[in-house]
Amino acid sequence: MSQALPFVDALGAAPLPASGIAWLDASRREQLDAFVAAGLPDTRMEAWKYTALRALGQRRFAAGDAQAAARVVDPAVFALPGVDGPRLAFVNGVFRADLSTLDVLPSGLTLQPLSQALRQDAEPLRFVLSRYEAEQGDAFVRLNAAFAADGVLLKLAAGAKPAKPVHLVFLGAPAEGDLAWHLRNVIELGEGAELTLVEHHAASGEQQHLATVMSDIVLRDGAVLRQLLLQQAATGSSLIRRSKLHLGSRARTTSHVLELGGALARHDLHADLAGNGASFATRGVFMPRGRQHIDTQLAIRHQALGTTSDSVWRGVADQRARGVFRGAILVAPGADGSDASLSNKNLLLSPNAEIDTKPELEIHADEVKAAHGATVGQLDERALFYLRSRGIPQAEARTLLTAAFCRAVLDDLPNAALREHLAALLVVKLPA
Amino acid sequence: MSMLRIENLHARVEGKEILKGLTLTVNPGEVHAIMGPNGAGKSTLGNVLSGRDGYEVTAGTVSFDGIDLLALEPEQRAAAGVFLAFQYPVEIPGVNNTYFLRAALNAQRKARGEKELDSMQFLKLVREKLKVMQISDELLHRAVNEGFSGGEKKRNEIFQMAVLEPKLAILDETDSGLDIDALKQVAQGVNAQRSPERSFLVVTHYQRLLDYIEPDFVHVLAGGRIVESGDKTLALKLEEHGYAWVREHGEPAGASA
Repeated sequence: MSQALPFVDALGAAPLPASGIAWLDASRREQLDAFVAAGLPDTRMEAWKYTALRALGQRRFAAGDAQAAARVVDPAVFALPGVDGPRLAFVNGVFRADLSTLDVLPSGLTLQPLSQALRQDAEPLRFVLSRYEAEQGDAFVRLNAAFAADGVLLKLAAGAKPAKPVHLVFLGAPAEGDLAWHLRNVIELGEGAELTLVEHHAASGEQQHLATVMSDIVLRDGAVLRQLLLQQAATGSSLIRRSKLHLGSRARTTSHVLELGGALARHDLHADLAGNGASFATRGVFMPRGRQHIDTQLAIRHQALGTTSDSVWRGVADQRARGVFRGAILVAPGADGSDASLSNKNLLLSPNAEIDTKPELEIHADEVKAAHGATVGQLDERALFYLRSRGIPQAEARTLLTAAFCRAVLDDLPNAALREHLAALLVVKLPA
Repeated sequence: MSMLRIENLHARVEGKEILKGLTLTVNPGEVHAIMGPNGAGKSTLGNVLSGRDGYEVTAGTVSFDGIDLLALEPEQRAAAGVFLAFQYPVEIPGVNNTYFLRAALNAQRKARGEKELDSMQFLKLVREKLKVMQISDELLHRAVNEGFSGGEKKRNEIFQMAVLEPKLAILDETDSGLDIDALKQVAQGVNAQRSPERSFLVVTHYQRLLDYIEPDFVHVLAGGRIVESGDKTLALKLEEHGYAWVREHGEPAGASA
């Protein structure tokens, strides 16, 4: 049945990238065959219950962009205040040295395109590149494993603490037709290393490409990662991402997430708190409008003693948009003394907008503190009238209240220049 | 010319007629107290004048400085100079009090074709007004009314009034929930803003507030209309005899409190 889908037909027949590395090429072929055999997930699968892929299944994408190196990109589309460190940039899935800043890397930091690392010495990457697919194989993971010829390789040596944030830029650029492009990121922070990382999805012009970006992030004991995930993909594009974090003992990650772009944007953010005392905090907002569909699947697994997670998410949907949020927290046997909290509040700005939220809490350990809650509501009419009675026009009052609703997500972002910029992005996204 | 002219005002809330032919004229500089039993329509009057949704005017007119007030949106009424001090000020998490007040003042100034204030000019104005109101500037850095005590909320209302400088201030049961010290502070803030150009409608259930804000006129609102008017001694009579006295003396037959 899946054979009948144009989506699967087109990509299933596309030529695979050839790396010249036997195990990798064999794995790509295997993954593509598995993709063709299984097709796309449907809404009967729990993880895709609220995100239907029927329309995507009817579309045909060309595999990759042969002209990616020549696409003209205005650097303004990825410029961010307070983010002026090393940068690795990709356009339609292809590394662009001309848009990257890799000349002076701080000591202890390795930052290069994955393709380059594979050419130099593929063997150390063999484990990580094969493990991922085995663990979480669905259509997009398989597609990514088959076609991703590049991505980010970032390694930070034990104890290294670069002062400036690392900026990863993933751009979609208009092409002659609709493309499917893919990137695979491998990131590792050594013991006690500290890094600020900006993962930035942006658009160099409107297009309707499909992109998949799979990231594998490992924090060794005591490492600290401050992460900003800023998703501003083209409003016609489809972007499927999976970020998998593995935290060792006392390792800490704080992720600020802004999901703003894409016609269809899906992000699976999974964190394994594998070492004692590991902690993971997320602050996220998703803001679909028009006919956008933005789906975030947060899954946190407490697997060790005294691990903590704290998630604060806001959703705002306008017009005919759809937001989906699933926050699944698992406290595994033995993860005693863990502390997990999850809050997801949502705002519907239009009667035709929809947000589906599902917090899930599963506890198999002792002395666990856990709290979770989710709400869906509208703007507070009393607050709206209060503002208007003081002279603030209705549209401005609505914007003010909506921005305030999202504000909690940015409050503890330490980079003030960036925080203000992001706050302004949220306001721009709001109806005038 | 009168500032506010309410004629034969009828208004409904959720299909129920609350105001049934209210007539009232307020001239510049005057302080009018509106007293009345619970359910008389006191709060409805403030809400109708400030343009709250859900209050349907079925008959009558309200002119403010010669314009049809009822035709204006709430924000236009504010820019025209109408201010409502809420009985229950709304908490707005995430919106900074200072930011809110500056946005409000500048929106009003813009609507009136006046130049907006920059942040330095605004801060200077705020500091002047803070002195008058005896408000700690700590309140300015918090979210609008969030976590404020009852007294702080009411003082914040009067402080907003001081910054926005309306022509007509409607105080909706500003005394409710205040202890005597807080009441005095609020009254002092109001008195500091009395001027020959500014008028006040002081809506209250109890005479107590009028010990501190001395009205020029006192009106008794019962059954949706004004049934008795007089000077400040009327408030004292009410205090002595209760609202039942008004019913016997002034209320039209058939109306119920």
